[in-house]
Amino acid sequence: MSARDAILKRLKERSDGPLSVPESDFSVVTHRGWSREERLERFERLISSVHGEVVHTTSAEWTLALAEVLQRKKIRRLALGRDHPVAAEAREALGDAEVELVDVDRDIESWQREQFETVDAGLTSTRGAIAETGSLWLWPTADEPRQISLVPSMHIAVLDAERIEDTFFDVIENNAWAGGMPTNALLISGPSKTADIEQTLVYGVHGPRELVVLLRHPREPT
Amino acid sequence: MSVQSEPVQTFTPGEFHRQAHDALGNPQIRSNFRKAMDGLMAKRRDVFSDWDLEVLRDLGANIRMRALAKLPDLLEQLEANCQANGIRVHWAEDGDEACRIVGEICEARGAKAVIKGKSMVSEEMHLNEHLEAAGIEALESDLGEYLVQLNRQTPSHIIMPAIHLNTDEIADIMHDKTGIERTRDADAMTAAARLQLRKRFMNADVGVSGVNFAVAETGTLCLVENEGNGRMTTTVPPVHIAVTGIEKVVEHLRDVPPLYALLTRSATGQHVTTYFNMIGSPRKPGEHDGPEEVHLVLVDNGRSRIYQDDELLDTLRCIRCGACMNHCPVYTRVGGHTYGTTYPGPIGSILMPHIMGLEATKDLPTASSLCGACGEVCPVKIPIPDLLVRLRKESVGEGRGNVAGAGTKRSKKEAAAWKAFQWLATHPFVWRVGTSVAGKLRALTPSRLGVWTDYRTAPKPAGTTLHALVKRHQANKTHGEDR
Repeated sequence: MSARDAILKRLKERSDGPLSVPESDFSVVTHRGWSREERLERFERLISSVHGEVVHTTSAEWTLALAEVLQRKKIRRLALGRDHPVAAEAREALGDAEVELVDVDRDIESWQREQFETVDAGLTSTRGAIAETGSLWLWPTADEPRQISLVPSMHIAVLDAERIEDTFFDVIENNAWAGGMPTNALLISGPSKTADIEQTLVYGVHGPRELVVLLRHPREPT
Repeated sequence: MSVQSEPVQTFTPGEFHRQAHDALGNPQIRSNFRKAMDGLMAKRRDVFSDWDLEVLRDLGANIRMRALAKLPDLLEQLEANCQANGIRVHWAEDGDEACRIVGEICEARGAKAVIKGKSMVSEEMHLNEHLEAAGIEALESDLGEYLVQLNRQTPSHIIMPAIHLNTDEIADIMHDKTGIERTRDADAMTAAARLQLRKRFMNADVGVSGVNFAVAETGTLCLVENEGNGRMTTTVPPVHIAVTGIEKVVEHLRDVPPLYALLTRSATGQHVTTYFNMIGSPRKPGEHDGPEEVHLVLVDNGRSRIYQDDELLDTLRCIRCGACMNHCPVYTRVGGHTYGTTYPGPIGSILMPHIMGLEATKDLPTASSLCGACGEVCPVKIPIPDLLVRLRKESVGEGRGNVAGAGTKRSKKEAAAWKAFQWLATHPFVWRVGTSVAGKLRALTPSRLGVWTDYRTAPKPAGTTLHALVKRHQANKTHGEDR
């Protein structure tokens, strides 16, 4: 008998007999009832508490904020997609800027070392965010691959304020995740960190050292 | 730099007493653990302060119980959904078989370098030794695991593997083993390790990770981490192998948020970790990165045996947060290595006897004062103290015999002594005569009573029994009231 069949057989023929199946009440992880302002405040407070930097901007002017961040952080090479509106708008706006735009729509085998060693920042869109924990929700795509939010020293993520939901449970349920999961789904809460050296918190281990969130409001924040 | 030169420092559960003695006499170990555990306990308390913790723990326990109730069906569902997503699923009866499977996948790819994300199941399997013997370098990439591996040790904590080391010791390790200039600066040491490991990620042929939750309904593998090494391990190399115990499966995607909320808060007092990485499939056509192959190795290694018994089953609810060890007065003092097992502390003491047998681990269930802290903090409400007692019973042959090595600790002398005590205690007349005689002869009590008196003075029977004292007290009271 294969290991698979032997293991399943033992589990199915459990000697103390079948187990009863309890019902679950998930109300403790949903129904927060926060207002838009509370969500925004909570998201910013929590992601800032783990060294995420939030830059408020508007949907109309966000590429100016991006250019300002790139200049301030001295980014020379920026990896970004092509088709997603975030990437497309950024490409258009940054056409004349000094920053070099690095195409990511090519198989990683052809530029692994280049990405590890020469790209300063990766720009990605986000699908949404979670107020309760200050987390970004990303589903990398062929256009915006997995590594650009991981390998470069800085990750710049563009988030629309109205896409912030209350809890992780709400995000999964409201967006029907169970109906179809992507190759890779990510929650990102701050830059990478460790406390493995005598519990001293250090930001920037294997992943990005910095995370900048360009938080786009529909109009000028009041 | 080589990480394979010296033999790994070994501890065994059979030497628990000697190892505990050594650890207790080591002020460095004592203060490293005391400081770390005090901090972790305070952080956990703070992060749960605005939660209805009992309700959340009930839900966590309930989700894990539901998953276990449906375990064989969920494993089949997980397998089918993973396969539909392109993930290859393997099953292993024990650690050796799991190592063989991982070894064969590596061999088929001609792999020479394996990079590892943190995985306690791979520790349980002794995967690194297996791969090294096959001429494949297995390098740990979690910073704590990396340090421990450089130091030729094993993790002393399931979440913080290098918690037994302080900054000075780590500075020595980084200097001696990796050749960097000696520094005590955590930022500088972390930056050095980052540089060293980035090269390894790029050049690794295979990435091996664990799994925190495997979701049956979607065939998704969830990994919880802060450093980004887990994402690197599962994204950069062309092959990703995830190894996990068969109990890690949950039924629905919606079962994940409550468990994740409990895990990070219970483990390190964080409201969330930096990354929650959900792996759905290998690289799809048209995608530009991610592994070409993803494998899932489902490891039994004693778990299906634990599954048979209604009481022992609760052991399998564990989500590996480590809160039980952080709060254990024994673990906090002796540290993780003393236990000599992959999983130390209370959870190790109720899990390892099933993996290694009670003969090898007979001292672990007694390495507890039964204070109950572990059960109180467990995010999925595993009745750890009850399970410790159950294993104590099993070890002296008074249980159901459902554990390998049951009865190994049974001593005829001890059994006879308790039998005699039971008879005395249920025969009041003999008891009273006996205790009164014992009180009169108290001077004759030996001062050495085996291991008990190694650290304590021998108890002497009281000159007057409690019964007699109460009687005298009541007589005085009555007398007083009469006046």
